Amino acid sequence: MADFNAMELMICVAARNLEDGATVVVGTGAPCAAAMLSQKTHSPNLTIMFEAGGVAPILPSMPISVGDSRTFHKAILASSMPDIMETCQRGMVDYTFLGGAQIDMYGNINSTMIGTNHAKPKVRFPGSGGANDLASLCWRTMVMTPQDSKRFTDKIDFITSPGYLSGGNSRYEAGLPKGTGPYRIITNMAIMGFDDTSKRMKVLNINPGYNRTDIQDNCGFELLWADRITETEPPREDELRILREEVDPHRYIIGR
Amino acid sequence: MNKAVELKQGQNQLFSDPNADKAREFFRNKSRAMVNKVTTVDEAVKRLVKDGDYIAIGGFGANRIPTAVLHEIARQGKKNLAFAGHTATHDMQILVGGECIDRLDIAYVIGLEARGLSPNARRAVESGKIKLTEWTNATLSWRIKAAAMGLSFLPARNIMGTDTFKYSAAKEILCPFTGQKFAAFPALYPDFAAIHVHECDVYGNAHVFGSTVSDQDLAKASKRVVITTERIISNDEIRRQPTATFIPFWCVDAVVEVPYGSYPGNMPYEYFSDEEHIRQWLKIERDPEEFRKFFKRQILDTKNFYEYLELNGGIARMLKLRAIEHLTHNR
Repeated sequence: MADFNAMELMICVAARNLEDGATVVVGTGAPCAAAMLSQKTHSPNLTIMFEAGGVAPILPSMPISVGDSRTFHKAILASSMPDIMETCQRGMVDYTFLGGAQIDMYGNINSTMIGTNHAKPKVRFPGSGGANDLASLCWRTMVMTPQDSKRFTDKIDFITSPGYLSGGNSRYEAGLPKGTGPYRIITNMAIMGFDDTSKRMKVLNINPGYNRTDIQDNCGFELLWADRITETEPPREDELRILREEVDPHRYIIGR
Repeated sequence: MNKAVELKQGQNQLFSDPNADKAREFFRNKSRAMVNKVTTVDEAVKRLVKDGDYIAIGGFGANRIPTAVLHEIARQGKKNLAFAGHTATHDMQILVGGECIDRLDIAYVIGLEARGLSPNARRAVESGKIKLTEWTNATLSWRIKAAAMGLSFLPARNIMGTDTFKYSAAKEILCPFTGQKFAAFPALYPDFAAIHVHECDVYGNAHVFGSTVSDQDLAKASKRVVITTERIISNDEIRRQPTATFIPFWCVDAVVEVPYGSYPGNMPYEYFSDEEHIRQWLKIERDPEEFRKFFKRQILDTKNFYEYLELNGGIARMLKLRAIEHLTHNR
């Protein structure tokens, strides 16, 4: 088995979830690396989109901003933010990736604030940006994040971006498009999906070197467990080589 | 939908008037004359920005931003502005550094994407002194689009059920055709917008290359518009390829030629962002007193944008950033 770190594992797992011919809106950092790796391994026809308007660029390097010139370098389309968001709203975008300071058992994400007073937050974060839009409108949302019991919480301070809201059918009843929602939560310890009925987070795979106790101890809410849980396939040699040599040669992301 | 549906509304303040008839009254009196609009940054800001205005900035935070106008707003000490924080990054740093804003529509603020957070903007937002209303990037785009269309709102399918909606000023409505629930977003007609472009003629007919974010709608939606441009081109150039006209003259009140005008931001196909300079901002902002001195030296005490460019490496630095943009710097 090759030597790898948690970030490399998460990126490889995320990349495997993006099938050839799909569309994905990514941000800077790990999601962009996952999409690039996917293109360079099994999904050469994955269409990468950026919310400021760049579509299908040939990325010469990792973008610093989702609107910088790298995001439409030799691209198919340099469009606009409303155009990308409307493409999501029409149902043409399969995947997106999000992150945040807190996530709850229904996959709701907080990237806005810590505290109880919105007008004077204890800690303020940037806010939704395009996160809520992408979580609302893309078919499947994935999250790559380190896991601990503070971040994975049963008391989320602010729902910036919708997961399954309060579970069951509540997301659709709130008015969000049918059939959309969180799909995979990829952590350093495990890969989670969501229960079909309750929409609660459910462990599907355990990453090499971790066990059930580690995973539950580092989660602030009770996790569900799939009937058959297998070990996550570790990064393969070819995935690691491409990730290290072609996707992120300066180790901006995998060096974190 | 047969059962009665409870329609929710966001509880926070709406900082601008979405009334389309009032907007029409304004636009009725806006000049449509195709006249030479070339002026200076100083003059444009004096004439077009008033204390208390609602302002919006084109581009994307630190990409294709009208930096010279932002500096001048701070230099002239404009106060009590409302601001559309539509992925506002370096533009927000400048406006907060100048203590110019007291109302903020938030889609994305205080962060600089992959570069980290702005300590000074964060302090300002956490202080409770700025009124905050939550939105999202798509929502602000569509609010601006609604205004560009001459409407008072647009419906959409995002943000419902979240706290982002709860702390917005959006309202839920039912579609009159399908009965489905939608979020209604109030049109945003900014009092003032500044947009940096690649080239335009003296009348304000402009070309933009690369991702355009919301700028075409922004030019239409805003009551007063200043365009800063990397270079002024002839009207013949515009007429030679009318399909390329991104902003037409009747949207524009003033034109200013500002080469390197997006610095330290990225200008696609021209120059890359000055990451060292932006890092310097983020580092100095950690100490409020040091930042105050830095902001004074860099912006308030410089006579104009060219002095600021000189202070940060001048043409030699610009050439380096051009090479980075064109991927020739390592060759």
